[in-house]
Order: sequence, then structure tokens, then C-alpha cells
Amino acid sequence: MVVFPGTWSDRDCGWVIDQVLGAELRYLWHKDADLKGCDCVILPGGFAYGDYLRTGAIARFAPVMEKVIEFADQGGLVWGICNGFQILCEADLLPGALIRNSSLEFRCEWTHLVVERADLPFTSGCEEREVLRIPISHGEGSYFADPATLSRLEQNGQVVFRYSDVEGRVRPNANPNGSLHSIAGIVNERGNVLGMMPHPERCAEPELGGTDGLKLFRSVMHSAVEVLTV
Amino acid sequence: MTAIVARVIVTPKPAVNDPQGITVRQGLATLGFGEVTDVRVGKYIEVRLDVRNEKEARERVEAMCRQLLANHVIEDYSFDVDTDGRSSK
Repeated sequence: MVVFPGTWSDRDCGWVIDQVLGAELRYLWHKDADLKGCDCVILPGGFAYGDYLRTGAIARFAPVMEKVIEFADQGGLVWGICNGFQILCEADLLPGALIRNSSLEFRCEWTHLVVERADLPFTSGCEEREVLRIPISHGEGSYFADPATLSRLEQNGQVVFRYSDVEGRVRPNANPNGSLHSIAGIVNERGNVLGMMPHPERCAEPELGGTDGLKLFRSVMHSAVEVLTV
Repeated sequence: MTAIVARVIVTPKPAVNDPQGITVRQGLATLGFGEVTDVRVGKYIEVRLDVRNEKEARERVEAMCRQLLANHVIEDYSFDVDTDGRSSK
């Protein structure tokens, strides 16, 4: 779990990993120059470095990011949630960018996501076309990429989650932020770097009003174990 | 060394939706500025630097824009450089 000055979801994500799943958790400070043997690196939500200049723009130059980029290049699992997704885009680990919500509002609400890829280390516990109920909490989550990049993403099947209605239908009124193609989460071509705006850590126990987010954490945990035992 | 001030303007690319600009345009229309056809909201960044000459300043600021000040996916940038009159050097 990477912690930058201004990160705020690290303890929520950490709770899911060590308290709910019983997995081993390590926090990485932004100045750390090694990943302490982690099998998956999570960049959690928040406002790293105050999101000054642009969301994620300063965080991408933190010392720990050099190691995260190396780790991703070697095929390691990297998962960016909300601000983490914005940082991964700024770091060029994922294509595109996240801009101001079309409504100009900070949106904090439940959304439905249709899962388009269930064959990834992050989603192996889901069914393809399954609808997950996961909340968002962001002011700058509108996914943008140029038309060539968008069509490449679609052709390669790199769109993992799309905002949908409760039935899994992708509709303009189910898109909370104006994201192009209703994109809520994408993966890199190799399939080991995932960025998503919704917060699965906020729906990983019944007390929080939903447990769909736990499916993603559990998938990642099983995938990390498989990598170790192969 | 020469004290230089660079004035950098960063704007959303034409293809990028700019809800801030749209909202400001609506505000201007409400105030009676009906002649306004478009508004784009960007950023102004002032950078002071000590370099050998203006040519070097341009090269360095260009590199700053590419690496940090603007995001090439969503933003365009332009800048001018000038002798820094505010500097006491």
C-alpha cells in the first residue's frame, strides 16, 4: 500500500487486506526506494501532494514510483484506485487522463459497473458481464483519451469496468462523470496494471452496505498466491 | 547569468470537454455578455530562472512544459520569456 502525503484511503484498503482477508499488508512511504517484497502494489485514493498542478502530476515523480514502474514493467500487479488511477495515467503506465467531472460536482455516490474482463488477476472472482455495486468519490474522474487511443483500448479489450445501470446496460444517465465510453476502469495491454475510479474498499464488508468490492481484493490475493506457487 | 521570467499558458485541448469554460460562458451570458461564443479555462504559470541567455531559457521551459507543466493528453501550452525586471540581481 503506497502512501503519499495527502493519501486518504490507505487505511481503508489496508483494513480489507489484513483484517477482512487476513493477508499480509505492508505500507510503502512515498520516499521508500524499495517495495519490501510486495506481490501487489496498491495506489489508493486521496489527494497525493494535494493534487497540485493536476491530479497525480507530482506524485508520479515520488521516489517510490520509480520502483513501482520497474515492478509493473516486470509484470508485477499494480492496482490504482481513484487518485491511484490518476497517478498511473500521469506516470504513463496507463493511457489517457482523468479530467474534471462534466457536472463540475464532486460525486460521492453508489454506481453500478459492468465487468467486461473477468480473466484478469484483479477480476478472476467475477463473472463476465457481472454487475458490481461500488461507490465513487471524486471530482476529477472523467476519463479522456484521443480517438485512436480509445479505439485501441476497445479493440484490445482493455476496458475492464463501465458505468452501467443495475441491469448492466451502459447508458448516458448511468455515467456519473462524463467519462468517454462510460469507462470506469482500464487495464494495460499486458493485463497487470489496473486503474479504476470507484472505491472497492468502501464496500468490502456487509456493515458498509455492500460486499462487491471484496471480490476484487479476493481475486488479487488469490492471483498473487498463484504467481508465488507457479 | 541572466534573470528570466517565463509566462506559461496551459489550456485544455480543443477536443477535451471543458465544463468550467461552459459554466463561465453561461455565467457571462447571464450577466448580459451575449456576444461570448466560447470560453476555455486554463492555467497561468510564472517561472523565474537564471540562465545564460534567452535561447537556453526557451529550451529549459519547453522541457518543463513537456515533462510536468502540461499533460500532453489533455492540454496544450504556450509561453513567452522576458528579462525579469523584478529580480534584484
